[in-house]
Amino acid sequence: MVGAEEGVVSDREVILGKIRRALAADGNDVGRRAIVIARLEGTPRGIIPERGQLPQEERVALFTTMAEKVSATVGRIAALEDVPRAVAEFLRKHNLPASLRIGADPLLADLAWDGTQIAVSHGPSDGGDPVGLSHAVAGIAESGTLVLTSGPDNPTTLNFLPETHIVVIRAADIAGDYETVWDEVRETYGKGHMPRTVNMVTGPSRSADIEQTLLLGAHGPRRLHIVVVG
Amino acid sequence: MQITSPEFKQNARAALADPNLQKALRHVRSNFIDKRAKAAGALPEFEALRDNARDIKNHTLAHLDLYLEAYEDRVRQAGGEVHYAETAETARDIIRSICERAGAKTVTKGKSMIAEEINLNDYLEEHGITPVETDLGEYIIQLRHEPPSHIIAPAVHLTREQVEESFRKSHTDLAPDRDLTEPTELLAEARAKLRERFLAADVGITGANFLVAETGTSVIVTNEGNGDLTQILPRVHIVIASIEKITPTLNDVSQIMRLLARSATGQDMSVYTTFSTGPRRPEDPDGPDEYHVVILDNGRTGMLGSDFQEALRCIRCGACMNHCPVYHAIGGHAYGWVYPGPIGAVLDPQLIGVDKAGNLPNASTFCGRCEAVCPMRIPLPNMMRHWREREFERHLSPAVARYGIGFWAFFARRPRLYQWATRLAMRVLANRAIGKGRYTSLPLAGGWTKYRDFPAPEGRTFQEQWSARRKAS
Ligand code: SF4
Repeated sequence: MVGAEEGVVSDREVILGKIRRALAADGNDVGRRAIVIARLEGTPRGIIPERGQLPQEERVALFTTMAEKVSATVGRIAALEDVPRAVAEFLRKHNLPASLRIGADPLLADLAWDGTQIAVSHGPSDGGDPVGLSHAVAGIAESGTLVLTSGPDNPTTLNFLPETHIVVIRAADIAGDYETVWDEVRETYGKGHMPRTVNMVTGPSRSADIEQTLLLGAHGPRRLHIVVVG
Repeated sequence: MQITSPEFKQNARAALADPNLQKALRHVRSNFIDKRAKAAGALPEFEALRDNARDIKNHTLAHLDLYLEAYEDRVRQAGGEVHYAETAETARDIIRSICERAGAKTVTKGKSMIAEEINLNDYLEEHGITPVETDLGEYIIQLRHEPPSHIIAPAVHLTREQVEESFRKSHTDLAPDRDLTEPTELLAEARAKLRERFLAADVGITGANFLVAETGTSVIVTNEGNGDLTQILPRVHIVIASIEKITPTLNDVSQIMRLLARSATGQDMSVYTTFSTGPRRPEDPDGPDEYHVVILDNGRTGMLGSDFQEALRCIRCGACMNHCPVYHAIGGHAYGWVYPGPIGAVLDPQLIGVDKAGNLPNASTFCGRCEAVCPMRIPLPNMMRHWREREFERHLSPAVARYGIGFWAFFARRPRLYQWATRLAMRVLANRAIGKGRYTSLPLAGGWTKYRDFPAPEGRTFQEQWSARRKAS
């Protein structure tokens, strides 16, 4: 390790020591530790807004309204095999290149693109792909938010580099609130563990840095299209 | 950044006389306030969430040492490294040595107030590493060699024309006669320029809105997506954050998230909220190979257990400055250091010293709007009062300010200064009365406004009008 590392260790002790002195607290105090462990294990949910606490169909409707409010577009199809047709229609309608980059997600792997004339390639993006297609593991009705997780199935670069991002989500995966999604993440990855990246995406990229004028398409996708399945 | 807080008075005077700044500040007044009110009003649980967020942070601060340890364990388990830095200097050294080990030539940066606080850009440049700001506002001010003037809208002090001028001056490889009259054209140009930099960078540095003890996760919140491109494309990701960013659980983060965007920009949710845990996993096709977190103290432990502990709940939403009549009048640069507005008036004296920033807490009308909108319920006016008292005790304030009568005598002997001070007060008061022309409450005039509305000044003092009339006739 580099020389700075020695300083790092001592800075850690200095900071923790200062905190304990300021709080007149003891780092080994069993009672304090128990309180902290209880919160980390118990993960209390806090106050959950009523807004998203709806039966599934209404939840999907709220999700759609909220996503459209932040300039995403939303389409709905009955079954997974309709995805290629829905994607092709969207690309045609907006005059976008018939070229698609997809990860290895099993949900999207067996789709038949042959009839669509879309050139499909697989893997992460290096910035050269006009359109990315991903599968969101969850949605949040409360704010029209998509939840995407990193990995070979859905490379994180697809969420940010292509100018157009199309995201497939199953209607049944749309939750009312963030806290419900965290419960699912804990179940999938184990308590205390996370995939490298969890992206919550609410609408396409934007900036208001020039005279507070809202402009779409800052560094991320200019367009976000959501396909709800089921 | 260079500290000019001791010259606060001169800075404020210059700000009032700067027509570009005054034009740009109109957008702050008209935009942020309405949007926040609308977003907060649309969520019935907003006030209850504020209470809960306050309680979550109070609980965290009371157990900060233990949550830091828990957080650190989780980061290590995920393959990341945690570095503690008591001072800005140590933080800079740690970051430089990581960059040097990575052989970094250019470093992309997401918006980070902590990076501003430790003056990271200048330092990296001195050591032959080129930092590239990627948030549009930060990019603009980096081209202009200016510090940010707002904690969430760093270029809010600039007009579109000034941005155009900076782009023409810096992007000399592009056609000089290109059309840049529309903001969309400016955005497209910045997007193209920065795309090259994102793909070329060796190291990406971001801040963090939260560090989650439950999972060892750092969280960034952006609208542009620049922070994400900064952290997923380079080989090394460095997070720089201060100790009070620790939050116990993902659920706790979600509670506070519901307040952050609503208070900051009036959005229900920012576009990108990204949770990062460690470096890329063996099976990952993208993401950084190395993940480092630098945790900075820089004076914050001195606030624990003091009159200012509650300021450590701050989530840097900017609402207090967006609603501050003094900020509306003079903008952020006049405050002379990284954090402007009411939260700056509380933090800056602690972080850079009361001898340098001790006069900032005086720039308050005690109207109480900052506290009314602060999502974390930080008693900002009270804290400013604490600083004033301390300054008084330390005899740092000019003797004349100690007694009201001395105050007037001081100005009476200095007519030009008096003119400036009253102009500032007028401007502040006129702004406060936007669209109303009346106040229902005025600081230090309770005896009057209790029974009648105080008429809003028309924006010019008697002396100003008198001399204007004399010139006209
Ligand atoms: S003090 Fe409150 S209002 Fe001001 S930036 Fe911090 S959290 Fe926001």
